[in-house]
Amino acid sequence: MATVRLSFSPAPVHVRTARLVGVAVARRAGVREDLLDEVRLAIGEACTRAVALHRQYGVADPVLVEMSDSGTYAVRVVDRAPIEASIGLHALDADELANESLNEDDLTTGVGFALLAGFVEDLQVRPVDEGIGTEVRMVWPLNR
Amino acid sequence: MELSLATRTVGEHTVLEVGGEVDVYTAPRLRERLLELIDGGARHVVVDLGRVDFLDSTGLGVLVGALKRLRTADGTFALVCDKEPLLKIFRITALDQVFPLHPTVEAATGAGA
Repeated sequence: MATVRLSFSPAPVHVRTARLVGVAVARRAGVREDLLDEVRLAIGEACTRAVALHRQYGVADPVLVEMSDSGTYAVRVVDRAPIEASIGLHALDADELANESLNEDDLTTGVGFALLAGFVEDLQVRPVDEGIGTEVRMVWPLNR
Repeated sequence: MELSLATRTVGEHTVLEVGGEVDVYTAPRLRERLLELIDGGARHVVVDLGRVDFLDSTGLGVLVGALKRLRTADGTFALVCDKEPLLKIFRITALDQVFPLHPTVEAATGAGA
């Protein structure tokens, strides 16, 4: 059962709201203060990725964010974009990043994944159990 | 906090001071300003991230775009950043190997950035 559930139309302006809510719930749940910047960044990246996919595929459905604090702080960010679009994420190395032929969207996607993988020790990206889409699941320990 | 952008000139360098949050919503404004500067003839651009309190992959993408644009125009591009949380973002993404990063504007403009 999610402690807090938020859904928002896939527009960039709402990603900040999701970040703020995610950090507020994390703080309330007892996530260590020094991890909150990383929580904020990771939730932002997961939501940015979801919004980008919805816009790329013309999906008007809302992006779902679920936060729960039973034992750990777990955040699920669920998109409704075609699954094949979401698989194959990989971090880029310095040579790839500097490559002139890499466009800004692909670069941003690669950098976003590097940030998620770098800041979240317990990270899963997988197809949703029902219907179309993927979920990014991130878990942080609670300090209590 | 909203994005803030202010430009000043230090010698032959154009320094863009950025403040607030650079994310998927505000990054287009940063991109627009950088393009204006470069299209307006700026060839040695320094972006001062000293007052940035949030930077995501979209903002990083815009910065890389400006770096590449200036490189093809025989220009230079450098960043000023001394905040550990932001520096960690550059390290994790390997972008610390792509951008010249300086602790102060003086270092960035004096280092021939």
